[in-house]
Amino acid sequence: MRLENLLPKIVLAPTFVSTIITIYGFILWTAWISFTKSRMLPRYELEGLVQYVKLFANERWWVASKNLVIFGSLFIGICILIGLLLAIFLDQKIRIEGTLRTVFLYPMALSFIVTGTVWKWILNPSLGLEKLVNDMGFTSFTFDWLVNSEMSIYTIVIAGVWQSSGFVMALFLAGLRGVDDSIIKAAMVDGASLPRIYWKIIIPSLRPVFFSAIMILAHIAIKSFDLVVALTGGGPGYSSDLPATFMYSFAFTRGRLGMGAASSMMMFGAVLAIIVPYLYSELRSKKNE
Amino acid sequence: MASLVIDEVFKRFGSVEVLKGINICIEPGEFLVLVGPSGCGKSTLLNLIAGLDSISAGEIRIGDRVVNAIPPKDRDIAMVFQSYALYPNMTIRKNLSFGLETRKVPKAEIEQQIEKVAEILQIENLLDRKPSQLSGGQRQRVAMGRAIARDPLIFLFDEPLSNLDAKLRVEMRAEIKKLHKRLGTTIVYVTHDQIEAMTMADRIAIMKDGVVQQFDTPNGVYSNPSNLFVAGFIGSPSMNFIPVSFEQQERSLGVVLTNSKGQECFIPVNSDFVPGQRAVMGIRPENITDTNAGLGNRQQIVELESEVRVIEPTGPDTLVHVELNSTEVICRSCPEFAGDAGASMKLALDTSKILFFDEESGERLDGRLS
Repeated sequence: MRLENLLPKIVLAPTFVSTIITIYGFILWTAWISFTKSRMLPRYELEGLVQYVKLFANERWWVASKNLVIFGSLFIGICILIGLLLAIFLDQKIRIEGTLRTVFLYPMALSFIVTGTVWKWILNPSLGLEKLVNDMGFTSFTFDWLVNSEMSIYTIVIAGVWQSSGFVMALFLAGLRGVDDSIIKAAMVDGASLPRIYWKIIIPSLRPVFFSAIMILAHIAIKSFDLVVALTGGGPGYSSDLPATFMYSFAFTRGRLGMGAASSMMMFGAVLAIIVPYLYSELRSKKNE
Repeated sequence: MASLVIDEVFKRFGSVEVLKGINICIEPGEFLVLVGPSGCGKSTLLNLIAGLDSISAGEIRIGDRVVNAIPPKDRDIAMVFQSYALYPNMTIRKNLSFGLETRKVPKAEIEQQIEKVAEILQIENLLDRKPSQLSGGQRQRVAMGRAIARDPLIFLFDEPLSNLDAKLRVEMRAEIKKLHKRLGTTIVYVTHDQIEAMTMADRIAIMKDGVVQQFDTPNGVYSNPSNLFVAGFIGSPSMNFIPVSFEQQERSLGVVLTNSKGQECFIPVNSDFVPGQRAVMGIRPENITDTNAGLGNRQQIVELESEVRVIEPTGPDTLVHVELNSTEVICRSCPEFAGDAGASMKLALDTSKILFFDEESGERLDGRLS
């Protein structure tokens, strides 16, 4: 009897304990380290905000942060735009919808490492797109974003959008399927054209889908690491660094653990800034039901 | 206000024929109800009138205009849906004005129109709410308001009351009827509920399997149904169908009803039938009742006796189940004269209301009793 009552707790305990230690424990550990002068190895004497001061004086950190803003906003914006358009087109009762849906969703099945590698080849001026067009005879064509420190961050946007917009399409398609057919009929009888029906009625009613899509894309953007590593390696120079690659390189390759920890905490803050309002609104709407 | 003519309309989905030559014609201002069991094609027909689906063959005319190729927005119709189909992201006011704004009606006129509609339907206090904040009945009103605001030639109602509870449905039924009186607009109303059809319609088209079984006034379909399907579909509890065969007794032709105890009762029938012919006799429950009810002409009343199987008191009447010719027959009796279950009860049958149908085709056999 007592064992039966305890069984669920016993079964869940290992997961619970490991979550507490490896996730929340190490968040706290990282926070502690970010207030120390740790270099190669952790030191535990608190030294105040010194790492944060250094971090914000570091030009490379600012490049990474600026890149995150560029990458995040373009990645989210373009993914939503393409995803929504694809979903609307797929929703027109076309014949091979199932096949097309799979085609657009398929990039989701690849890891960002694979996506990054593939796009590295496609965008490589001497291997991919530029060479292809040149070989076709357009010798003046150049497409060197991958090796151009001004433009390299945009190649990450391209690869990210390619991978994720199919997923956003699936989200929107599900949302569109939830729209009552007779609402569209009513609007047609009311005299509205199809674009107007979408613009004025259907898209506004997809607000919750927009919300979840932005949430999911935002956290993908902030934690983006593998895509950058595979595609540009943060280069040329550090022009396409994102905070995650910045953190990795400072904490693990340059032996500046304290500063890496400080940058981690900044990312943690960014994630919190997104997740907390999300959780708040989710929980509040549950209470209202 | 406009007339509506549906002329030999066919609708096919691939190889499936959903509508098989529909002919309906109503005058301006009439209230037409399309009624039938689900799958009979009534909603498809409504969609064709609205222009939400294309016609395979035939012609639909609104007023004197053939609308076959005209898109819904140019047909000058308004439609009310079963699921209300309010625009969820807009306030009630926006819901009402959307169609008018789309048609580029001047702002001041829209305002005026909304005020008027809101007053007619008593939804003034709801104008700034969202549809999700309204109850089913209120949403239904708004959906009707959206249709009224447009001031169309024809209103189309697609089972508008099916999602409401029973009490509200009765209220809204009367309200729609009042609205029709007030606005005088032509209405086409689809329902599967024969009571709605009977209470609201000027004309009823009863449909089954894509064919109009009968197109008549409510009184016409009730008292003079053209076949077994119509006779059984309209009226609740539905008409009794008793298998009979005609016999010659002395000088008159008639049918014999046998009760559960084997006692026979002869009902004379006027001409047109031959002895030995079989048929289905239809009689409505209110035309077999207790002997105290005083049905019409005494000469047309035949009295018979039968054992009561079950009684169902409904309040104003008690439904008495008896057995005649091995078929369960429901009689509508005054509660105080209804027999108890198991007891024997004297029944009066109004022979002038008897109808005969062909056993196989279900078509009406034209033989009224004298």
